[in-house]
Amino acid sequence: MIGFDGVTVRYGACLALDAVAGQVTNGEWLALIGPNGAGKTTLLGAITRLLPYEGVITVDGNRVTGLRRRELARLIAYVPQRPVLPPDMTVSEYVLLGRTAHIGYLGTETDRDRRVCAAAIDRLDLGRMADRALRAMSGGELQRVVLARAIAQDAPVLLLDEPTSALDLGRRVDALELIDEIRRERALTVLSAIHDLTLAGQFADRLMLLSDGRIAVSGSPAEVLTDAILTAHFGPSVQVLTTDTGELAVVSRRAQR
Amino acid sequence: MTAARPRTSRDAIRAARAADGQSGTTPVASRVSGVPADPRSAGAPGKLRRGEAGSSVIIRRIRPGRAVVVASIVLVIAVIVGTAVGPADLSPLQVLDAIATKLPWHGHPAVPALDSAIVWQIRLPRVVLGVLVGSMLAGGGAAYQGVFRNPLADPYLLGVAAGAGLGATLVVVSGASLTLTPPAAFVGAVGAVALTYLLGARAGRAGELPAVGGGTSSILLAGIAVAALLTAFQTYLQQQHTQTLAYVYAWILGGLSAASWSDVLLILPYVAVAAVALLAHRRLLDVLRVGETEATSLGVNVPRLRLTIVIAATLGVAAAVSVSGLIGFVGIIVPHAVRLTAGPSYRVLMPVSMIGGAAFLVLADVVARTAQAPAEVPIGVITALIGAPFFLFVLRSRRARQAES
Repeated sequence: MIGFDGVTVRYGACLALDAVAGQVTNGEWLALIGPNGAGKTTLLGAITRLLPYEGVITVDGNRVTGLRRRELARLIAYVPQRPVLPPDMTVSEYVLLGRTAHIGYLGTETDRDRRVCAAAIDRLDLGRMADRALRAMSGGELQRVVLARAIAQDAPVLLLDEPTSALDLGRRVDALELIDEIRRERALTVLSAIHDLTLAGQFADRLMLLSDGRIAVSGSPAEVLTDAILTAHFGPSVQVLTTDTGELAVVSRRAQR
Repeated sequence: MTAARPRTSRDAIRAARAADGQSGTTPVASRVSGVPADPRSAGAPGKLRRGEAGSSVIIRRIRPGRAVVVASIVLVIAVIVGTAVGPADLSPLQVLDAIATKLPWHGHPAVPALDSAIVWQIRLPRVVLGVLVGSMLAGGGAAYQGVFRNPLADPYLLGVAAGAGLGATLVVVSGASLTLTPPAAFVGAVGAVALTYLLGARAGRAGELPAVGGGTSSILLAGIAVAALLTAFQTYLQQQHTQTLAYVYAWILGGLSAASWSDVLLILPYVAVAAVALLAHRRLLDVLRVGETEATSLGVNVPRLRLTIVIAATLGVAAAVSVSGLIGFVGIIVPHAVRLTAGPSYRVLMPVSMIGGAAFLVLADVVARTAQAPAEVPIGVITALIGAPFFLFVLRSRRARQAES
């Protein structure tokens, strides 16, 4: 479980997060939504302790500030929005990096580490590409490679920053479907920042709308994805439609002239 | 059916959903692929066999084996050539005999005392010193390139050269005993890097990623400033004492001509410690290839790791330049040559760069002392003459490879 209370982050004079409080329960998928600059990425950065913050953040009851880096990395696997992908690195070398927190400081990976990585590569259907260099892979494949590294990290919490932003419409659903399957198989707790409100509503258990560094609304997709709430934070061009199967779709509309 | 032959459970589920008119977060088949439970990966311990169950993956160990063997053979050849070649006309057999006289388990072939002295007191210390210096320059260059994620980094990046040059110049112009040159150069080199790190890391704390310990760019910029400052002092001192200009200039160009066993013994402890430390950190240097932020989220204490590697590399490089002067290009071209031929993983790069750097410097020294014999060409001239064209080649092939992908 992730808990955060009174979390405040400043970039110089700019207040990026203002006393944000909330929690993600075990096995839950919480999606952070909100306009650009609302503080979604900043909150993920604070939870992984990549940014300095005020307030209290706990993972499984441990304050993250009291944990060493490797202890934190065993609890939280983090997939940044634009991961660094060394072009010369092969898929298996890259996925092995996920085991860093499980390998002794000056040690080398064990057979078990290699097995964990092989299983992660297999799970993401990258078996045929294990020895391929990252430069020779498509955006969708790279996204699965990054996920494989996160899975190999073997942490109970998965933090995803815009996991679908680099993908085309069809691949977005595929990617989120895969994340959903894996989190159920492994009982992972997922916290993701996601721009696409329709997909956020379809996949996440709960949505948390951040706006100007504060939590505006938090609740089930049906509670959050309403015309009133969304137009208040995203502007009048946003509209919520209900499909004939009862799903919510959030669309952008051009102003009537 | 939209998917006629589902390859995986995922495809099957998607196909089933499509057929069923469903979407969204429907419960998923309970295929557990947790590691211990996965029959494909729980099989033969250690080795996984490709082909079993269609898609099992083998992850091979990254072993530097073959590249290390090749580089070691080149080094052995370089050492033999370096010992055999010189102004005194000794055949390889005479050289071997001369070496054998000092080996305890060997008989005593009749070797002229002069031959023995040439091999043991002149050539061998010079070759061995070349091995130590070359390995440190190349290993230090590889380490700096990794820790600062900058392919143009060289071992002098943080001010080692400027500090060593200033230390050596101070000794020469002050008229102190020239035997103090190595310690002064060493202190100057280490001091310059310490100054760079203090200034750069402190500036970084006010920067954007303070929790990760300040970006590398502030340290690099501090290095440039410190190097410029110390070089300015050094140039000033040099101009004020024109009678020692030639000596100082020769020292700065670098060379192994004054090599002795005492030099070897002087730097051996630092070189040994640095070599062991850099080799021990080669896996972690690979983690840094994904950048500081991700390395941190993978569980690495990046500021501490960076400091450890910089200390190790600096001790080794400072020790090397304290006895050899400022030999350029080795630290940048050797790691790049190794990257191109043996691959970019530091598990291969670090050991092979050290061995290759040793071989390269010993061979460059052979050229330096034979090209214009009996005069010597400064070794820095030789390494740059080979190094500069090679560097252009590296850039060209890098561009060509980027164009491919």
